[in-house]
Amino acid sequence: MSRSLRGSINITKTIIYIVCIFLALLSVWPFWIMFVNATRSTYQIQQNSVGFLPSKFLIENFKILTGKSFNPITGFINSMLISTGATLGSVYFSSLTAYGLVAYNWKLRQPFFTFIMAVLMLPTQVFSIGFYQMMYKLHWTNSLWPLILPAIATPAMVFFMRQYLLATLSLDIVDSARIDGSGEFHTFNRIILPIMKPAMATQAIFQFVFHWNQLFLPSVLLTDNEKYTMPIMASLLRGDIYKTEYGSVYLGLALTVLPLFIVYFVLSKYIIAGVALGALKE
Amino acid sequence: MRRKTISYAKYGYIFSIPFVLTFLIFSLYPLVYTSIIGFTDLRGLMKTDINFLEVPFENFKTVLTSPLFQKALFNTFFIWICNFIPQMVIALLLTAWFTNRRFKIRAQGMFKVLIYMPNIITQATIALLFYSLFGYPKGPINDIFLALGWIDAPLNFHLQKWTARGVVAFIQFWMWYGHTMIVLIAGVLGINPTLFEAAEIDGASAPQIFFRITLPRLKTIVLYTLVTSMIGGLQMYDIPKLFLWGGPDNATTTTSVYIYNQAFSGSYLYNRAAAASMVMFVIIAILSVFLFFILRDKDSVLQRKRERTMRKEAKARMREVAL
Repeated sequence: MSRSLRGSINITKTIIYIVCIFLALLSVWPFWIMFVNATRSTYQIQQNSVGFLPSKFLIENFKILTGKSFNPITGFINSMLISTGATLGSVYFSSLTAYGLVAYNWKLRQPFFTFIMAVLMLPTQVFSIGFYQMMYKLHWTNSLWPLILPAIATPAMVFFMRQYLLATLSLDIVDSARIDGSGEFHTFNRIILPIMKPAMATQAIFQFVFHWNQLFLPSVLLTDNEKYTMPIMASLLRGDIYKTEYGSVYLGLALTVLPLFIVYFVLSKYIIAGVALGALKE
Repeated sequence: MRRKTISYAKYGYIFSIPFVLTFLIFSLYPLVYTSIIGFTDLRGLMKTDINFLEVPFENFKTVLTSPLFQKALFNTFFIWICNFIPQMVIALLLTAWFTNRRFKIRAQGMFKVLIYMPNIITQATIALLFYSLFGYPKGPINDIFLALGWIDAPLNFHLQKWTARGVVAFIQFWMWYGHTMIVLIAGVLGINPTLFEAAEIDGASAPQIFFRITLPRLKTIVLYTLVTSMIGGLQMYDIPKLFLWGGPDNATTTTSVYIYNQAFSGSYLYNRAAAASMVMFVIIAILSVFLFFILRDKDSVLQRKRERTMRKEAKARMREVAL
């Protein structure tokens, strides 16, 4: 390689690193400000809102925060119940549906799959009015069930699981299980589910995060503050009672996403791989 | 003697029952219900006698001719396009850099982890965080801009229409370009590496390789990202709702915020919100048809490939038998 070419490559590489470091800082900086300001007093933030080092007002901020409408423990428990329930339901039943689509030859198989593709991206907002009216009549507003049960039908995950099974499952295993006298449900629970574990784990992370972050339906259905989820708790911080409590607002925001940060930094490798895998759809 | 065969087809139906029932109860029924409400006079809390309107499409007419709804459609599209174009450009640029073997960029894993991070953080929290960051007269962004000398006096980002829309678009961009980048990189890694080797041997430059080989092969993925991002953009709710409650002067009211506000923030105009939902549904249905064809195409291509290899194998076996 000629010297000038290598020189130009080095210049380009320097530019690339500068841009990448800038973008990485851009991702981190808002959250850094959030965590640092959570430990600073309102006065300190008013003096200088860009602090780089934590201060020692964490406990004081926490007292002000929880002294008003924000209740991190209730929010955490409700969000945890919804996210866990919905994730378990969606992962298990999507795998079951996907297995039904791959392993059996039934007449409506293709039409059913076409249907799943058609509703792949149906957003909640378009049927929220009917959903709310229905739950209102059933007296199911302020219940967590309407936020958990619908997850049993998650078209996007059925689609993903089907692609995964098509690529990894050999029907010979199913046949030999039958010869050994295993019933169909038993085969699915004992033989197929373990095969699907890697796909289920990745999808479970995304489902959990998705349900944790939901705001639209919970804010439509839940009016009792004992039922509030973390994102609704976050939205309370926009209210007038917290207007001048800068430190507490930052702390409240930090608390609503702290579990996500922990999950992300423990599992980031799998999450990034999962995003890439979901993209291929093959 | 005829061998006894058992048909397992019924299990296909049995295994699909939970999905189908749940979908019927929690999605299809509410969807049909919503569309029916769109034709009624259902408004107000605790209303029991619901009647169909004499002019069936009255709600739809009201919604479609409402300046606020038109503005919401405009805002949604405007904010989406202002986030999508830079998102795609930056994601493509990073993809080109990260996959170019001449550059051998180090710490790619760390960059990916950090750049993707905002995507999984609660949007409600991010909206409020940015509200604080862009605070006026004191706030981190104003403090930094003043220190850098970019502005002479603190800017009130929340009060001006274009800065408000700009910040919402920026948040969307900031949350999604990392995702798009990872999707695109995965697409590039799926391209046959010999193509790149051949191009390098032929002395192709980095831009040439990118525009002549990488980009044409990413067409499907880019298209897929475009359509899914558009559908996602139409649902945009958390950030515009919590950042400035759709303001100032409804400049950040998106279609979803419009639906919520009509039904659930005091006016209880369920019928009008339902009509607006149906308009949104039609737009999403049209976009979904595109998506369907993008995805189906890939599947049928795979299917054809599989059939071809099967035919080849069968032929080879026939030849063996003939020999």
